[in-house]
Amino acid sequence: MFVNRLVRVGSVAVASLGVLALSACGSDPEPSGSSSPSTGSSSTGAECPQGTLNAEGSSAQKNAIEEVISKYNESCDKVTVNYNPTGSGAGIKQFNNGQVDFAGSDSALKTEAKDGGESEAAQAAKRCATNPALNLPMVIGPVAIAYNVDGLPKLVLDGATAAQIFQGTVKTWNDPAIAKLNAGVTLPSAPISVFFRSDESGTTENFTKYLKAAGGAAWKGEPAKKWTGTGAGKEKSAGVAEGVKSTKNSITYVEWSYAVDNKLGVAQIDNGSGAPVELTAETAGKALAAAKPAGTGSDLSMKLDYATKEAGAYPIILVTYEIACSKGLPAEKTALVKSFLTYFAGKDGQGALTELNYAPLPEEIRTKVDAAIQTIS
Amino acid sequence: MTAIVENKPAYDGKELDLSGKSGARAFKNVLATVLIVAAFVIALIPLIWILWTVVSKGYHLLLSADWWSQSQRGVTVRREGGGAYHAIMGTLIMALITAVIAVPIAVLGAVYLVEYGKGTKAARAVSFMVDILTGVPSIVAALFIYAVWITIFGFNRVGFAVSLALVLLMLPVVLRSTEEMLKLVPDELREASYALGVPKWKTILKVVVPTAFGGIVTGVMLGLARVMGETAPLLILVGYSKNINLNPFDGFMGALPTMINQDRTELALQPAADRVWSAALTLILLVLALNLLARLVARFSTIKSK
Amino acid sequence: MSSPDGTEPPDRPAEPAASGGEPRIEDVVDTTGPAAVHFETLTDENDDGRPAAPEPEESKKKLDLGPVGHLGDRLFSGLAHGSGGLVVVIVAFVGIFLLALAIPSLADNNTSFLFSRVWEPGGSDPKFGIAALFYTTIISSIIAMLIAVPIAIGVALFVTYYAPRRIATPVAHAVDLLAAVPSIVYGLWGLLFFAPILLPVINGLSAALGWIPLFEKPIGDNVGVIFTISVVLAIMILPVVTAISREIFAQTPIAHREGALALGSTKWEMIRMAVLPYGRSGVTSAAMLGLGRALGETVAVMIILTVPNGNDPWNSSIFAGGETFASKIANNAAEFDTPEKTGAFIAAGLVLFVVTFLVNSAARLIVARSAPGAKRPRRNRRATEGASV
Repeated sequence: MFVNRLVRVGSVAVASLGVLALSACGSDPEPSGSSSPSTGSSSTGAECPQGTLNAEGSSAQKNAIEEVISKYNESCDKVTVNYNPTGSGAGIKQFNNGQVDFAGSDSALKTEAKDGGESEAAQAAKRCATNPALNLPMVIGPVAIAYNVDGLPKLVLDGATAAQIFQGTVKTWNDPAIAKLNAGVTLPSAPISVFFRSDESGTTENFTKYLKAAGGAAWKGEPAKKWTGTGAGKEKSAGVAEGVKSTKNSITYVEWSYAVDNKLGVAQIDNGSGAPVELTAETAGKALAAAKPAGTGSDLSMKLDYATKEAGAYPIILVTYEIACSKGLPAEKTALVKSFLTYFAGKDGQGALTELNYAPLPEEIRTKVDAAIQTIS
Repeated sequence: MTAIVENKPAYDGKELDLSGKSGARAFKNVLATVLIVAAFVIALIPLIWILWTVVSKGYHLLLSADWWSQSQRGVTVRREGGGAYHAIMGTLIMALITAVIAVPIAVLGAVYLVEYGKGTKAARAVSFMVDILTGVPSIVAALFIYAVWITIFGFNRVGFAVSLALVLLMLPVVLRSTEEMLKLVPDELREASYALGVPKWKTILKVVVPTAFGGIVTGVMLGLARVMGETAPLLILVGYSKNINLNPFDGFMGALPTMINQDRTELALQPAADRVWSAALTLILLVLALNLLARLVARFSTIKSK
Repeated sequence: MSSPDGTEPPDRPAEPAASGGEPRIEDVVDTTGPAAVHFETLTDENDDGRPAAPEPEESKKKLDLGPVGHLGDRLFSGLAHGSGGLVVVIVAFVGIFLLALAIPSLADNNTSFLFSRVWEPGGSDPKFGIAALFYTTIISSIIAMLIAVPIAIGVALFVTYYAPRRIATPVAHAVDLLAAVPSIVYGLWGLLFFAPILLPVINGLSAALGWIPLFEKPIGDNVGVIFTISVVLAIMILPVVTAISREIFAQTPIAHREGALALGSTKWEMIRMAVLPYGRSGVTSAAMLGLGRALGETVAVMIILTVPNGNDPWNSSIFAGGETFASKIANNAAEFDTPEKTGAFIAAGLVLFVVTFLVNSAARLIVARSAPGAKRPRRNRRATEGASV
């Protein structure tokens, strides 16, 4: 009798769970892009492989790569691409451990060894069956200095002043250093609330590189993924953007798209050329065009000139690299990586980025990247 | 005497308070009533606020069939559409695996504590260890599985690894509640069974466990509800995928908490914000469904005798 | 868990001492015939007892044959013992693995792990200490408790003794439902909706009590502070503490309550003299469980709390930011790129583990020592029953 009850109750429970679990048979949504006038599907889709591609890394390119994946699936719907925006360091680690097929990173693989171990590049080469890994610059994400001050639609900063604000030596909005750059504007006397990224991030690293290069002695720390300036830390880009949004008289550095989405003020940068530079896709692209390749041959890692004085160039940019094996992956993975990255570096892929507040690769660099991708085998 | 007559029906009445007490005592009584009611109201405000936030912001996506049957493949944060099917399935699959591993160990462990080891040093050691497990924060459990599964064995991050971490969190909950339920089984039942010559294992399987069955099921469901909302192990042990992946041993896998975590970075965008609250509401509803199920099972299987 | 009739204390001896008669009976059954193993022929003994039909026959046979089924007993007892052992093994594994990963980092640590506030693991000069993490974790959880426990007691009393049953039951279920809200939702709600309205509270408190360093407000209108997270944690643990307190209060023996009323006490006096003393240990343990949960809370804290930078002097105020063990680990989980760094975070996790464990064992100790329900089985404790009230 007890056994009967046990069986009966057990089956009721299992059945209910089953109903709960399997009531619906899942599917993927219709590609929403197909209804909108998208330019996808027309080109590149030459041959579409099949399979799943896992990638991980920089959160700065999250929105860019998701958009590109979505567009890519319109022409190649048999490919599943997963991207986990956990951070550049995590991406490289997972790539080197063979957990993902390519990584996204806000800095190229480091060639110098650290902590007595192998360098990132050496580990990556090992992962790629002793073939070097490629650093493919793919997404240009301008970093905005975003602020929230009532009655201040426009704010101009230069490298030194920005460094002083983020170092904490300039403490109030009506400090003479800021006032000098913003003549004719009434600045509040309120203290400046600085927000920074509490997690280690490539955005922090690139921004501090800028502060170091353009701020001179005003910035005391070394460029690093971990913040060394003043302020209050918030988690991830969303956290700092939300912090500025909800706190009056605050300022932070954040990827451009977050500043735009949260409707924050974006400071113009006086890079020393004479006229303040507004942040646009064009001005950011200009800064990248001024960058020099750091390596030779197929190594496309870039050396950005944060202290550029070129007129109309917005100097605080962040380049996200896709890190992929030049050779050595299984054939089907190679085909997937190649197909997807070709699309990413193609005109359609890059064209999708502008409306998301990224800057497209300048044509010259784009063709180089594309050529490098075609060498993957 | 009269006080008893007057007071007895007045457990929930107010007329009692004012009858024949000195001013100070009556005042204290009124004050206490006010404070207790105030505590209740204060507690209700945030709780209703949270529920209202989630329900009002999340319900409308749940009304569409797509939400229950489609994944987020190809849906970016700027676009509406898609559903939570991939995440619901991921959450249920991981919860199911967790239960399959944790429940037998927990029930048998409780049987050991109550039926076999009672009072022995070994049982006290086990009990102590269960206490330690109860105290393991989810992030520590996740770190442990990370150390074993990924650092030492070199496996990929998969849904199964999450389940293993959740087992550590679920095991002590189920074990403790099962233990309590088994303790409630009257010894007379066991003695009667032994007196009939039924061997001990059969007594346990056919008398003790069935008697406590309802309570055990309730404990299991509550344990499941607890682990389904965990975020930290998912962050550390599996990648999030917008695509449907029903294989817990290969590839990234969606789950409701990580779906919330994914879209919460873009709360400034309406489609993403909608999905965050809808996923939260879905998770709450799943847990609620499990709780109702537990109550139902408990009601069907409770043994009336006591 | 709850018995429908709250008045009878559950007859479950929590202490092994009360198990007097039972083992003897087991012994009889177990040991009468060790030589009878060769009777072990009934195949249906070996399966798990599913076929229900032959059950009565089976027992008859058994009565005829004397005690058999030792194979089944051994199997099942082995399984049960094995599961018990497995729990021990699992916990030992957790401890050993975490220690093994933490020790090399701790050995390389160039500063005091327990007393330093610096957190710079990895690199050529690793320095990390948990003092600041420990402070923030403890102070936020304690404030959460100070807020949550009195309110939870109030709610529990309201539900058990003040509210009409029509209201009490749905309220009880609604509060239970809130335990099901995932912590990430509390975090988002706290960040977006709740923290902004706390600003006046923070300003008011710091204006009134700012002369105490604990309440001194740093400049700026930052609401992502320890105080905010404490309130959110209080809301998160409220359902748990309320649920347990409610069960305990409902079990106050009716004799105690009626006795108090019969002596002419007011309702409050009845509660103060009968209900609260009876429930004290249970409520304490509920509070400790809530504390344990607050200590380990990860995502909500990570979302809301701002992190102080490394340059400013350390601020002990509850109106400043901070990091708890769990939020620190989760926030940095993506950057565990070297074993040294990972080890440092795991070492912090171990400390959290130990703290949480101490809190939980304290709760259990309190319950075991003075739980009225557990210590008063009807049969043999009648003499002591009156004395303890």
